[in-house]
Amino acid sequence: MNVIDSKSLERDWREKPVPTFSHPAPGVSSDEPKISSIGARALLLEAPGEFDLRWQRRIWALADEVEHWPDVEEAVLGVTNLLLVFTAPPRDLDAMKAAYAAAWRRAPEKAVSGRVHEVPVIYGGELGSDLARVCEYSGLSAEEVIAIHHGAIYTVCAIGSSPGFGYLHGLDPRIFMPRKTVPSLRMLKGTVTIGGMQAGISVTTGPNGWNAIGWSGLEMFDLTQPTPCLFAPGDQIRFTPERIEL
Amino acid sequence: MIEIVSCLALNTVQDLGRVGARHYGVSTSGAMDAVALAIGNSLLGNPEGAAGIEIQTFPFEARFLEDAAFAVTGADAQASLDGDPLPPWWTTTARRGQVLTLRQPRSGARSYLALAGGVDVPVILNSRSTHLRGGFGGMEGRSLKAGDVIRALPHEAFRALRLGAVPPQFAISSARSVSHQSAMIVRVMRAGEYDIFPLEMQESFWRTPWKISHQSDRGGYRLSGPPLKLPEPVEMRSYGLVAGIIQVPPSGEPIIQLSDANTAGGYPKIGAVIEADIWRLAQARLGSLIRFEEVSHAEAVDAMAAIQTYLKSVRRVADLYRAM
Repeated sequence: MNVIDSKSLERDWREKPVPTFSHPAPGVSSDEPKISSIGARALLLEAPGEFDLRWQRRIWALADEVEHWPDVEEAVLGVTNLLLVFTAPPRDLDAMKAAYAAAWRRAPEKAVSGRVHEVPVIYGGELGSDLARVCEYSGLSAEEVIAIHHGAIYTVCAIGSSPGFGYLHGLDPRIFMPRKTVPSLRMLKGTVTIGGMQAGISVTTGPNGWNAIGWSGLEMFDLTQPTPCLFAPGDQIRFTPERIEL
Repeated sequence: MIEIVSCLALNTVQDLGRVGARHYGVSTSGAMDAVALAIGNSLLGNPEGAAGIEIQTFPFEARFLEDAAFAVTGADAQASLDGDPLPPWWTTTARRGQVLTLRQPRSGARSYLALAGGVDVPVILNSRSTHLRGGFGGMEGRSLKAGDVIRALPHEAFRALRLGAVPPQFAISSARSVSHQSAMIVRVMRAGEYDIFPLEMQESFWRTPWKISHQSDRGGYRLSGPPLKLPEPVEMRSYGLVAGIIQVPPSGEPIIQLSDANTAGGYPKIGAVIEADIWRLAQARLGSLIRFEEVSHAEAVDAMAAIQTYLKSVRRVADLYRAM
């Protein structure tokens, strides 16, 4: 892993009209999680502060516990957050929030020894059409961006958004890249992407606001398999350059 | 068993949604107007969650290949059987060879055709709903087209019965509200990032009659109006979504996520349309206006209870009629 001086990075970002990458989660300033409603039947718990893999491990443990609570329809993993969807709205919302926060505080860091996936990538070219934008934004050359991207090991934090899509943590801050304001309308399945501080591989062809830097032919969702998703939370991903088209 | 005679794009088989697959990244899908589908099923004695056909592009025509009971609910699409008009929210029995026609709705946006027994397509991840983007569920994972033959699950023999339900917009008092500017009033709870919007943006959110843009679909409604701008753009770490959530992308034009929304997203969320009003939103037409009215958690819970009471009363009466 490369060591980054976060102060200089922040300074760098401020000089440009860029998004804050939301550490801490907006509105959170203490060590307590933020718990907020999404309608009457869903509560979102967000870990405090910056992204931290230890927080993600606690989120995994928290999900294991709360999904067995009464009246819980589903616990949906996010990136250092967890959405709890109830079958019926909790009668006493404050009590439920307190119980949720208490469960977070006592949640252990779940050790997951996931699988390691090697993902060959064709970098750049037609299917990595946003590489130039990433270069422009980061001030790095295409070769540097590509080397930084495949030089890291990524952890699958959560499966979500589209069938089998894994949110990958481990992107080097030098190539953080805001999501696009105008999404690509027909991004091809298998596109290797950067969205803010997250990395990903698109799983369906369609509109996508993340930045395409390459393409991989990986099939990440297969309904004929007992577990349809190729990736699982805790798995590790290594990208390997199969070809570079500049 | 029916055969689709004519059908435009984007009409699909839907049930009440694919619950429990979000952890695979699989969205719930399901009927946009779950109340209309549930009532159609109740009138026929089906389980509430049986699959039906969601029709959102008109006209639509289907021929009955055998005698069968059916119900049409939701948007008032001037349903007729061999040219004889049927009342809205009505169930009846068609004879083999008869043709059901739905025309451009007089009101509402989506109609539901329920068949006695419920539509028989394979159950995938606990649901028969069509997941168009994933290409699975429903009829081969796609929209219906002319020539498709749709079967119903086995069911008890159905006596010729003519029976209707009072539509929910008349039966549920709180579902009637339309403001003087003829914008549909939709009830909303604040969501996680409400407080990071400057005061004038918060006021604008509540005050604006938002226009449902033509780039809206089952995935979500995009709203046009004065942009809601944050002092600085914010990207969040991706979090799980539910239908009704109102996100504000950098363009400042809010999006209400609906049945086919992704299971996770990263835009700041300003509010959430309460579950009790999502079926009403599903019947709002593209280009029409909606306004948001703030409610508390308790009010959202009460509003849902009103829907449940309505669903139960229709079910009870329909069951009584069939037992007579």
